[in-house]
Amino acid sequence: MTTKNSVMVFIQQDDGKVAEVSIELIGKARELAKQLNVQVTAVLVGNRVQKIAEELMPYGVNRLFTVEHKGLAYYTPVPYTKVVTQIIKKHAPQIVLYGATTTGRDIAPRIASALRVGLTADCTDLQIGDYTSRGQTFQNVLYQIRPAFGGNIIATIVSPERKPQMATVREGVMKMDQPDASFKGEIVQESVELSPEDFPSEIIERVQQEKSVNLKGAQVIVAGGIGVGSRENFELVHQLAHAIGGTVGASRAAVDAGLVSKDHQVGQTGTTVRPRLYIACGISGSVQHRAGMDESARIIAINTDPEAPIFQIANFGIVGDLKEVIPRFIKAFRAKA
Amino acid sequence: MGLNLIVLVKQVPDTQNISGNAMKEDGTVNRAALPAIFNPEDLHALEAAFTIRDSVPGSKVHVLTMGPPSAVQVLKDSLYRGADFVALISDRRFAAADTLATSYALKCAIEKLGNYDIVLCGTQAIDGDTAQVGPQTAEKLGINQISCVSQIVELDPEKRSITARRSIEGGYEKVKTGLPVLLTVNGEGFPPRPPSAIRMMTYKNATTEMSSADYDETYLTSGAELKSENTIALWDINAINADPESCGLSGSPTKVRNIDMVVLKSEGIRMIENTEEAIGDMVHELVADHTLG
Repeated sequence: MTTKNSVMVFIQQDDGKVAEVSIELIGKARELAKQLNVQVTAVLVGNRVQKIAEELMPYGVNRLFTVEHKGLAYYTPVPYTKVVTQIIKKHAPQIVLYGATTTGRDIAPRIASALRVGLTADCTDLQIGDYTSRGQTFQNVLYQIRPAFGGNIIATIVSPERKPQMATVREGVMKMDQPDASFKGEIVQESVELSPEDFPSEIIERVQQEKSVNLKGAQVIVAGGIGVGSRENFELVHQLAHAIGGTVGASRAAVDAGLVSKDHQVGQTGTTVRPRLYIACGISGSVQHRAGMDESARIIAINTDPEAPIFQIANFGIVGDLKEVIPRFIKAFRAKA
Repeated sequence: MGLNLIVLVKQVPDTQNISGNAMKEDGTVNRAALPAIFNPEDLHALEAAFTIRDSVPGSKVHVLTMGPPSAVQVLKDSLYRGADFVALISDRRFAAADTLATSYALKCAIEKLGNYDIVLCGTQAIDGDTAQVGPQTAEKLGINQISCVSQIVELDPEKRSITARRSIEGGYEKVKTGLPVLLTVNGEGFPPRPPSAIRMMTYKNATTEMSSADYDETYLTSGAELKSENTIALWDINAINADPESCGLSGSPTKVRNIDMVVLKSEGIRMIENTEEAIGDMVHELVADHTLG
């Protein structure tokens, strides 16, 4: 089978480590490719990436294109755009997917501009379907589904007339497949000519810490909002999380107010979560926040304001002061568990 | 030798402070309840430009916006805060532009201004949240970009180099590059200065004037000054030499297939009394069905 018309994934690697979202996207690409009856391809750019290339194959890449150069160890926009644009032109995929990370959201628009194709940012779902406009029907078009207007609407975007169709996809919304060691794919080394002028950016310093908070994988999240009131009161949120084995989350308002660090932020501009249980403490429930947590299996809302929108999506609601409710919750849990 | 700075700004509906009454009962957006505001990160980009102008004497801050005539409000606001020149890019043929068509029009407008050193814009606008127009405009101009900038670490107008700190997941990068460059500025640095009362008095009656003739095509290189302080330049598709086919709907590869309103459906909330007993029963139930513990 030819790799033309494939579903391609841009693999993001930082310092030899593959971004999780790239692996999530391989899984989604497989699903789309199966529906379209085409192959899954991927492009991996960096310096000495053979080892990570091999690690990626069991996730189901039919053909992985690698481009290596010592100037490509870290992402910078100009050379990466040049390299990936050339690979896309050469192999003519019908779909290209990027993680909606700072890197993905930096490179994808540049590539879209260079190729003069459409790009949809920050998708939360992708589907294949038909699109009819002015009596003309396009078959097997990529539906690029994303929240817009501050999360108040969900828009389905298509770009039927130009290929490839491109989208950045939010981290954590596509489920990661298990690797299959027996999967047979091919790694193809490609070369792109690069001159010193292709490297206008110099990275002087790079500081990156592993996320100290793993909200994405958390099964129980206790989140605090601006209604918690103070750093002191936020300690109650930490105590509840600790007591029931949960992870601390927060609304953007609480982060902006300095009650807790940004790593904890849940919502449209933070992390998207889908835990077994989400306990919202003093969170009013703005659309932006709900967009990041409304797929939680169970939601408990604790708020002094009975009119808070969070109660509209909660399974359990408690109108009351956290300083009373949380100690009661902890006491009850210790007694029952 | 000052620097020529161009700031791209956008007027947006205020989607961040949506309260209960901004959503109708059927789940549609009550646009009337959403005021039009200066896109928040664009204000930080404007402030970054002012900061550069403060540190490099002789620099000029030029502000461009593309939008309907009502978008002139963000240009007035820019004048109140200290912009040297503002222009509204407005034409019905720009309507329904996606990010690709928008960046093309902005590129044409920037090139009309001529010689520029730094283009700045907010990282993203709160209505679309795409963060695409900055990088796309940089690509169309054929220049480098640094996105998500929170701080300018060093700027050397003589050597024409800049070092900026950009936010990345869980940290930051300091990136050095030459001019010209496009910076997208996030909300972490450059707290915007307030409008000046004196400038508000000066510019509150500023009107748009349909005039590309007033300004030399290479206005910046010729060093010409604004003729009238009370004029906001209004540029249509011809004034910026844009190809109509690449603008608006025809220049936009992405189409909106359909829009679904987000309707909140509660599967039935159970209100729990704030008592030890009621909370205890709820916790017991959650432990029993393995939600907890």
